[in-house]
Amino acid sequence: MRNRAFPLIATIVVFIILYLIGFQRFPAFGTTRVIANFLTDKSFLGITAVGMTFVILAGGIDLSVGSVIAFTGIFCALAIGQLGIHPLVAFAIILVIGSTFGAGMGAIIHYLKIPPFIVTLAGMFLVRGGAFVLNQASVPIEHPFFEDISNLYYVFPDRGRLTFVAVVFVLVLLLGIVVAHYTRFGRNVYAIGGSDTAALLLGVPVGRTIIGVYMLSSFLATLAGIIYAIYTRSGYPRAAIGVELDAIAAVVVGGTLLTGGVGYVAGTFVGIMIQGVIQTYVNFDGTLNSWWTKIVIGLLLFLFIALQKFLTSYRGGFSLGGLRLRRPPSPEVKISG
Amino acid sequence: MRSRQLLLAVLVTIFAILGSAVLVHAQDQITVGFAQTGSESGWRTAFTEAMIAEAESQNINLIFSDGQQKQENQIAALRSFIAQGVDAIILAPLVETGWDEVFQEAQDAGIPVFIIDRNVTADPSLYVTRIASDFVYEGRLAAAWLATATANREQCNIVELYGTVGSSAAIDRATGFAETIALFPNLELVASQSGDFTRTGGKEVMESFLNSLDPASICAVFGHNDDMLIGAIEAMKEAGIDPADDILTVSVDAIDDIFVSMMNGDANATVLLSPNMGVQAYAAIRSYLAGETLPALIPVPSAMYFQDTAAEEYAARTGG
Repeated sequence: MRNRAFPLIATIVVFIILYLIGFQRFPAFGTTRVIANFLTDKSFLGITAVGMTFVILAGGIDLSVGSVIAFTGIFCALAIGQLGIHPLVAFAIILVIGSTFGAGMGAIIHYLKIPPFIVTLAGMFLVRGGAFVLNQASVPIEHPFFEDISNLYYVFPDRGRLTFVAVVFVLVLLLGIVVAHYTRFGRNVYAIGGSDTAALLLGVPVGRTIIGVYMLSSFLATLAGIIYAIYTRSGYPRAAIGVELDAIAAVVVGGTLLTGGVGYVAGTFVGIMIQGVIQTYVNFDGTLNSWWTKIVIGLLLFLFIALQKFLTSYRGGFSLGGLRLRRPPSPEVKISG
Repeated sequence: MRSRQLLLAVLVTIFAILGSAVLVHAQDQITVGFAQTGSESGWRTAFTEAMIAEAESQNINLIFSDGQQKQENQIAALRSFIAQGVDAIILAPLVETGWDEVFQEAQDAGIPVFIIDRNVTADPSLYVTRIASDFVYEGRLAAAWLATATANREQCNIVELYGTVGSSAAIDRATGFAETIALFPNLELVASQSGDFTRTGGKEVMESFLNSLDPASICAVFGHNDDMLIGAIEAMKEAGIDPADDILTVSVDAIDDIFVSMMNGDANATVLLSPNMGVQAYAAIRSYLAGETLPALIPVPSAMYFQDTAAEEYAARTGG
């Protein structure tokens, strides 16, 4: 539908304009070094945001992702450094722990009918606290495996580096697009985000899908934590504070409706790149206060919400209040939840 | 269509914001990228301002980035500096770990990295040098002053307001202080407790010292920073003790407020933790670019201030 794609097109246009503004002032924006830096520096945020896209598409929210990243990092640092576990084994263990945690949150949200905001807020505090209990200071990870990964990169002719973490980000993104648009799970997510009552009537397994969505989000946040650990070669309990909000901002700026049901994983990628362009511009300038990054993203967020509001009320389908009051209830609805 | 007008408004706003800051680059001056941790304390802000002011006076094109207390922002800033091809990078690291990879990238691009303030765990071959205050020396200075001030006393019991547990500033100041008072048989450290570098923390710790020990037996208090000592002054006053006369005081940082306390006769001495490291940093960069070899650590000089010059120093700081 034309209206559905409109926020995505608007996002792409904004990205191109911001990029051109940067390019016009700093010719270095055209180098592969800067473009590869976008992917490398935003990889952990991007992976998190792909998971967040699914959560928001399903009409939920996940505030625990930043804490999960920090916990993963400190867990890996201690498992590798103090217990002498091989990094790949540590990664496997923490991915299982992370996914289980996410599935647990999803189950609480679905079966106890508690709003996702509260459940994942509790998860956020719980996991952040857990990270500090494991260790208070930053722990370096000294393992040859980490050095090998850091040395895995492709150098472009003009010396830009496509790093391992950037490649992981791109792969997760492509997989996310495939899952969202070409699998039953993806269609179920969209259906639940549109209306979970209707989805239930259509035979969508609501419970399983909601648990799956939060499991996926936590799994990807854990993967992002591993990427963050590789990126900084350390674990730090104070890491990634507020990343959940950056991820939500990227998803919304990327054209996904906060009420769920409408949006694109590819849009989230553009949302991430917009953050990268603004941050790089501010860094290149060197005289602007770096908080301008947040101000511009805040403005964009506000404008995109306004755009969504305008488009959705134009369609008359639902409101942004989350209650979808304007959609006429189906007369046959007898099953609830 | 209204949506098109809205989009237009969006774009115009963005243009207005980003277009407002246009900077002319001069080609002959050196360009230095400086990645700061953030702006968490008054000392940190003074440090940033001194770096920027010093760069201006030396005609250095300083590209400044505030990391907002996030390592990922600092790493991204370093990558931007590399992509821009600056002549040198100065990093005030937020944490000690996690810099190897981006330092390697800078080295591969032929850009020297200079560490300022806190330390890093990265391989020393990846950066040129570190410009920092010598915290151990600050502790020694404080102890040496106390030794002089109490030379005619038979016994002097000292209490210590310890900084944040685990921070290098606290550990090193305590070490320097302890090893120096060990040289003087009349000086004895009787109690030490963490006040977390804050005023309320210092006040609470001092209150507990005054309750658990005989206040008359305490001869001096050493604060790991001025803020804690200012809190302790309040606690002493509330307990009916005259700070700086009944109990001698010495602390570190030389923030503006401690000069007010010294002018009021409530504090004896403070050790300067210089926020102006720009002079040493830029000098180090210039000599490195000129081909000179540098020592692994370049200390920033410390100094002490006392009651007699407090008014003068305070006026100089706040007036100009």
